[in-house]
Amino acid sequence: MSTKPNFVGDLQALPTYAFGARSLTWWGVIAFMMIEGGGFALAGGAYLFLMSQESAWPPASYPPALVPGLLFTVTMLLSEIPNTILKKATEAQQLDKVRFWIIVLDLIGVILLVIRAFEFAHVNVRWSDNAYGSIVWALLLLHTIHILTEWVESIVLTALMFTGHGRLPRRFVDVSEDCLYWRFVWITWIPIFVLLYLVPRFV
Amino acid sequence: MTEPDPRAELRDGPELMGDALDARLSETWGDKPGLIGWLRTVDHKRVANRYIVTALVFLALGGVLALLMRLQLAQPESGLISADRYNQIFSMHGTTMMFLFAVPVMEAFGVYLVPLMVGTRAIAFPRLNAFSYWLYLFGGIMIWVAFLLDIGPEAGWFSYVPLSGPQFSAGKRTDFWAQMITFTEVAALAVAVELVGTIIKQRAPGMRLDRIPLFVWSILVTAFMVIFSMPAVTLASSMLISDRLVATQFFNATEGGSALLWQHLFWFFGHPEVYIIFLPGLGFISAITETFCKRPVFAYPLMVAALVTTGLLAFGLWVHHMFATGLPRLGYAFYTAASMAIALPSGVQIFCWIATMWDSRPRLEVPMWWVIGFIITFVIGGLTGVMIASVPLDLELHDTYFIVAHFHYTLIGGGVFPLLGALTYWFPKMTGRMLGNRLGKISFLFTFGGFHLTFMTMHFTGLMGMPRRVYTYPAGMGWDMLNLISTIGAFVLALGVLIFVLNIVLSLRGGAIAGDNPWGAASLEWATHSPPRPYNFAHIPAVTSNTPLWEETLPCFSGLRVEERELLLTTAVEAEPDIREPSPKPSVWPLVAALATTLLFIWSIFSPWAVVWGSIPAAIALILWFWPKDPAEPGKEPVIE
Repeated sequence: MSTKPNFVGDLQALPTYAFGARSLTWWGVIAFMMIEGGGFALAGGAYLFLMSQESAWPPASYPPALVPGLLFTVTMLLSEIPNTILKKATEAQQLDKVRFWIIVLDLIGVILLVIRAFEFAHVNVRWSDNAYGSIVWALLLLHTIHILTEWVESIVLTALMFTGHGRLPRRFVDVSEDCLYWRFVWITWIPIFVLLYLVPRFV
Repeated sequence: MTEPDPRAELRDGPELMGDALDARLSETWGDKPGLIGWLRTVDHKRVANRYIVTALVFLALGGVLALLMRLQLAQPESGLISADRYNQIFSMHGTTMMFLFAVPVMEAFGVYLVPLMVGTRAIAFPRLNAFSYWLYLFGGIMIWVAFLLDIGPEAGWFSYVPLSGPQFSAGKRTDFWAQMITFTEVAALAVAVELVGTIIKQRAPGMRLDRIPLFVWSILVTAFMVIFSMPAVTLASSMLISDRLVATQFFNATEGGSALLWQHLFWFFGHPEVYIIFLPGLGFISAITETFCKRPVFAYPLMVAALVTTGLLAFGLWVHHMFATGLPRLGYAFYTAASMAIALPSGVQIFCWIATMWDSRPRLEVPMWWVIGFIITFVIGGLTGVMIASVPLDLELHDTYFIVAHFHYTLIGGGVFPLLGALTYWFPKMTGRMLGNRLGKISFLFTFGGFHLTFMTMHFTGLMGMPRRVYTYPAGMGWDMLNLISTIGAFVLALGVLIFVLNIVLSLRGGAIAGDNPWGAASLEWATHSPPRPYNFAHIPAVTSNTPLWEETLPCFSGLRVEERELLLTTAVEAEPDIREPSPKPSVWPLVAALATTLLFIWSIFSPWAVVWGSIPAAIALILWFWPKDPAEPGKEPVIE
C-alpha cells in the first residue's frame, strides 16, 4: 500500500470485548473442547472395542461400586446451578456476585476430587489386571485430569478476580468462558458414567 | 513539539500514516533486538520462519537416512548396515518425514501466510504459537539424540504392536518414539487452534466465506482434520507407553487387549494425516495457478466443496490400511468404496486447475513448473491408490515396494513438489529477494527426474515381490538392477534438493530485489512489504472480491490503536468489523512452559511419577504465562482496589 490509502471506514468506535461467539477466547475454548471431546469419544470407542472382544464384562471382577459414582454424578450435575449463576453474573459484570460464586465452584471442585478418590478406591480392578482394568482406569484418569486442570484454572481466576484485574471486562469474559468449559467437563462425564457404571451392569 | 499525553490513544488514519505510522507501529509490534528479543518473540512470521527452517533441516536428515537405505539396497546381500540399525533407520525416516517435516512445514506455511492472506496484524493466540514451536523443536531434538545414541525407534513409523510392545521392543527405544508423538501432536494441535481462530475471527472486513483464498480454505480444513485426528494417535501412544511403563494391558492379547485396537486408533489418525499433508499442497497449487494464469481458479465453489469433501471422506477410509488383518466382508466393501470415492474430489480439483490453465495463457515461471510436476506425479499416485483400494489387489501388493512407490507418489508428488513450488513462489515475500530462475529450473529437473527414476522403478520391484522393510535381499531374485536404478535415482533427487538449497543460499545474498508484488498476484499478502513489517499492514485492508489486488484500488479501514497491540475481530460469516482485540506482547513464558513440559515428557519415559511431579513446574509456568502483567486494559486506566 505504497499509494495513498483509500479509507472507507473507521474502527475507533468498536467495542474492545464481547461475550460468547463474538470473542476469540470462545473459539479457542470450543476448539480445545473439540480436541478433548474427540479424545474422550475415541477412548470410549476403545472401551466398547475391547468389550466386544470379551464374553463377560467385566471379565473377572465386579463392576465399579455404584455409590461413589452416583454421588459424583449428582454433585457434578448440581454444580451447573452455581455455574449458571456465575456465568450470568460475569455477563452482567457483577463483581461481588462473581467473587462469591466462583469460590462456591472452587469448593465444589474440592468435593468432587474427594469423591473421585473414593471412586478410584472402589473401582474393583487394577489397571494391570487386564485390558478392561486398563481402559476403566484410563477413562477415569482422563476425566480426573480435566476436573483437576479446571479446578486449578478456577483457583487462578478466583485469585485474579480479587486483584485489580477483576474489574476489567476482559477478565469477566475469561470467567464466562471458563463456565462454558465447566459445562463441557460435566457433559462429557455423562457418557463415561454410563460406560463405566451402567454398561457392565445392564448390557 | 510538546510531549504527547501518555494516556492519549493514537490511531492510524489520515492524521497518522506513511513513515510516521510505520515508526510507531514498528515500535509497538517489533521485538527487542538481541537474544532476549529472539527468545521472547510472538511474531507469527518469525516463529513460522523458524518452523520452516527446522522442518527443512529434518527433511534433510530424513533424506540422508533415505540415501543410507538406498546405499544398503543398491546391491544384494550388502553388509553396509546391520539389520538392527536398518530397522531404526527406516523407522526414523518415516517418523522424521511424517511428524517432524511434513505436518510441521505445512502448518508453518499456514502460520506465516494465513494472517497475511486474511489481512490481520497477528495470528490468534500468538504465545501458544511460540510455545508450539519450542515444543516441536525439543521433541525433534529428543528423538534424534536418542537415535544417535542407538535408542531410536525400531518398529516402523506406525509402531505396530506387539512388535513395539514390552515383549518385543525391550529398552527405551519405543518409549522415545511414543513421547515424540506427544511432543509433535501437542504442537500441531496448538497451531491448528490458532489457525482456526485466525481464519474464523480475524479476516479483513468484507472477506466473506466465499471470498476466502483457496489456500486459506485448505488450511482451515486441514486444521479441523488435525483437531479431529491427532487425539487418536496421542491416545494410542499414551496407551502404548503405559503398557510398557506401568503394565497396562491395552494391547496384550492374553489379557483381553487387542493389537487391532492399536491399528484402528493409529490409522484413524494416520489416514487423515496423509490429507493433512496433502490439502495445504492443494492450496499452494491453487494460489500459484491463480497468479500465473492471471485469473481466479475455475469453479471456486466446487474447489471449496472438494476440499471439505476430501476432509470428511479422509476420516472414512482408515481401514484400507488394514485389509490384510482379516476384517468382516462388509467392512472391506465399505472401505473400498470410500477409498475410491475420495478420488472424486481430487479429480474435480485437478480438472478445475486444468480448466484454469486452458482458459488462460499461463506464464511458465518456476513455481508453475512445480505445479505441472505435481499434476503429473500426483495423478499417477492417485491411480495406483485406486488400484490398491481394491482388496484382492491390495492383499497381493500389501507390504511390497509397490506400496512404497504409491505413497511416495502421493506424498512427494502431492506434498513436497507443491511445497518447493510454494517456497519459490513466496520466497520473495518472506525474504524480499527473488529465488534464482536458472538454478530453480535445474533443481526442478533433477528433483523431478530423480524422483521418477527412484519410485517408478519401485512399482516393478514391488510387483516382482520385494517386501518393504527388509535390510537386504538375496541375489538372483531379479531385483538387483531395479534396486540399483532406484539408488541412482535417489541420489539424482538428492542432488536436485541440494541445488534448491544452494539456490536459496545464493539468492538470500544476491537475489534480485522483489518489491511488494513481484508476480502480480491477487491476494492480500502481496499488498504489504516484502518481507512484511512486524505489524503486517499499516491499515486494515477491506476486501470486495476474491481477487482484491486485481481491483482498481484496495480500500482500507483506519482507527486501530498504534501504541498498543490491537487487531480487528470480524464476524464469522460475513466478516463485518466487530471488536478491537488486544494482541499479546512478547513473553518468555511460552519458552519456559515448553521447557517445563519437555522435562515432564522426557522424565515420564523413565518414571510414571513424572506425570505427578513433572506437572507442577509445567503448571506454574502456565499460570505465570496467563497471569496478566499489564494492569491496564487498552484505553482504560488501571483499576486498583
